[in-house]
Amino acid sequence: MSASRSVRDRVARHVRDVPRSGIRDFFDIVSTMRDVVSLGVGEPDFDTPWHIREAAIFGLERGATHYTSNLGLLKLRQAISRYVERVFGVAYNPENEILITVGVSEAMDLAVRALINPGDEALYHEPCYVSYRPLIEFAHGIPAAVETPAANGFRLTRELLEARVSDKTRLLIVNYPNNPTGAALTESEAREIAAFACDHDLLALSDEIYAELTYDRPHVSLAAQPGMRERTVFLHGFSKAWAMTGFRLGYACAPPELIEAMMKIHQYTMLCAPVLAQEAAIEALKQADRDVAEMREEYNRRRRFVTASFREMGLPCVTPAGAFYAFPFIGDLGLSSKDFALRLLEEEKVAAVHGTAFGTCGEGYLRCSYATAMDDLKIAMERMAGFVERRRRAAR
Amino acid sequence: MNELLRLLTLNARESVENLAKMLDRTPEDVRAEIADLEARGVIRGYQAVINDDAISEDRVMAIIEVKVTPEREGGFNHLAHRISRFPEVVAAHLVSGQADLLLFVEGRTLKDVASFVSEKLAPLPGVTATATSFLLKTYKSRGVMMENPDEYERIQVSP
Repeated sequence: MSASRSVRDRVARHVRDVPRSGIRDFFDIVSTMRDVVSLGVGEPDFDTPWHIREAAIFGLERGATHYTSNLGLLKLRQAISRYVERVFGVAYNPENEILITVGVSEAMDLAVRALINPGDEALYHEPCYVSYRPLIEFAHGIPAAVETPAANGFRLTRELLEARVSDKTRLLIVNYPNNPTGAALTESEAREIAAFACDHDLLALSDEIYAELTYDRPHVSLAAQPGMRERTVFLHGFSKAWAMTGFRLGYACAPPELIEAMMKIHQYTMLCAPVLAQEAAIEALKQADRDVAEMREEYNRRRRFVTASFREMGLPCVTPAGAFYAFPFIGDLGLSSKDFALRLLEEEKVAAVHGTAFGTCGEGYLRCSYATAMDDLKIAMERMAGFVERRRRAAR
Repeated sequence: MNELLRLLTLNARESVENLAKMLDRTPEDVRAEIADLEARGVIRGYQAVINDDAISEDRVMAIIEVKVTPEREGGFNHLAHRISRFPEVVAAHLVSGQADLLLFVEGRTLKDVASFVSEKLAPLPGVTATATSFLLKTYKSRGVMMENPDEYERIQVSP
């Protein structure tokens, strides 16, 4: 025992002190159970469109089994450059302003490590994706969470940011459309955040992985706002809109100096993203809009279905504007988020992730992913309605 | 296609309540539109998609390409309607290419279908040639795969 404790003590402090993701623990419980209907999945239920998989198979046949340049295949960077300019309205030079990475996760890590000095503060908003805080801590930075309340639809405002910024703040991490809340920014809100970043001379990381999945209004990119291109690392990838999570392919677009810094870390730690995934991504961008439109339409149908179901159950829920998550309020049913999720799993075999996995201000909420087949969603909503009804009676 | 029609095409047995939720409309509204679509003959029926290979009943299906001489008045329509009236004909289409009409014909045995072709179809005035292909196995029908491919299991919880 004492030997194992001493081994644990030898793990670097800044790693040891970071807890593992709450989602991980929940996953361990779910994986011991059978017949669970899961609303806990942060990835599309669709398989990658067939023509993209076909391109990967063809790549294998042709012998695409080697390293690529550190930045990634030029042909892919060129296709990304065209796509980002057309869809997001920002032009990046494929020669030196685009870096292909292993998922947006790697790009985020590279950016944080390349831009933060030990002791620098990084602002990010909660509830948010599980990685931001740990990545900042791994880079010896100081995480500064800005809580976004449901009252404002979980959207970030200048006012919230001003209350948290300090003279040590160097970086601002923004993720809209948002995991886990489904919130998305309006043009004027994005502009306001941009003005804040410019006035405080901050660098920004904009994680726009769900950009294609917006339902009520088109996505607005933070990178496209006035004064932002030169201070923003724009992060995007193929996982969500093209249902390519397992390909692990993302990219970063930024001014050459920032890409060069990120590339150095990538070069020494990753060398390059997998070539087959890059070949598949080239194909994905060939008929990007069509693939995405089909999936978006289906997500939108499910979004309406789950929000209507929550309304029927009497659970307040901010209508998600993007991504594929709904974040209903379950806080007045006498259980903490975590207990609610555990009991829902035990009693109804429905898995959904407790809001606190995404930050302490997620208490009272439940992340329900609707990236699940409609038939399963129907079962899940029925079971959940029964559970909520029982909780209400018990709470009375 | 109208979104309600698309949903019904995917699953005609979907409840009106669920359709209403998916479309963000009221159940009454959806019920009324379905009634209207039926009354106007846009929706002509509801059927199950059946995997014939999974049932032991004797059934054969053939695709028959038919060449016909169009009539002076009415073109292909008159003869096409006449052919369509045979209960053996499950589907009939006017097509481009070598043949003029494409038929899906069903029978209990090969012999049934063969005698339909030789005794009923081929002798019709205006029919100049037929080419019959029997269906051996159906992999996909009406957008539905007939066998469940090995599903690759997705992890149940992920960030």
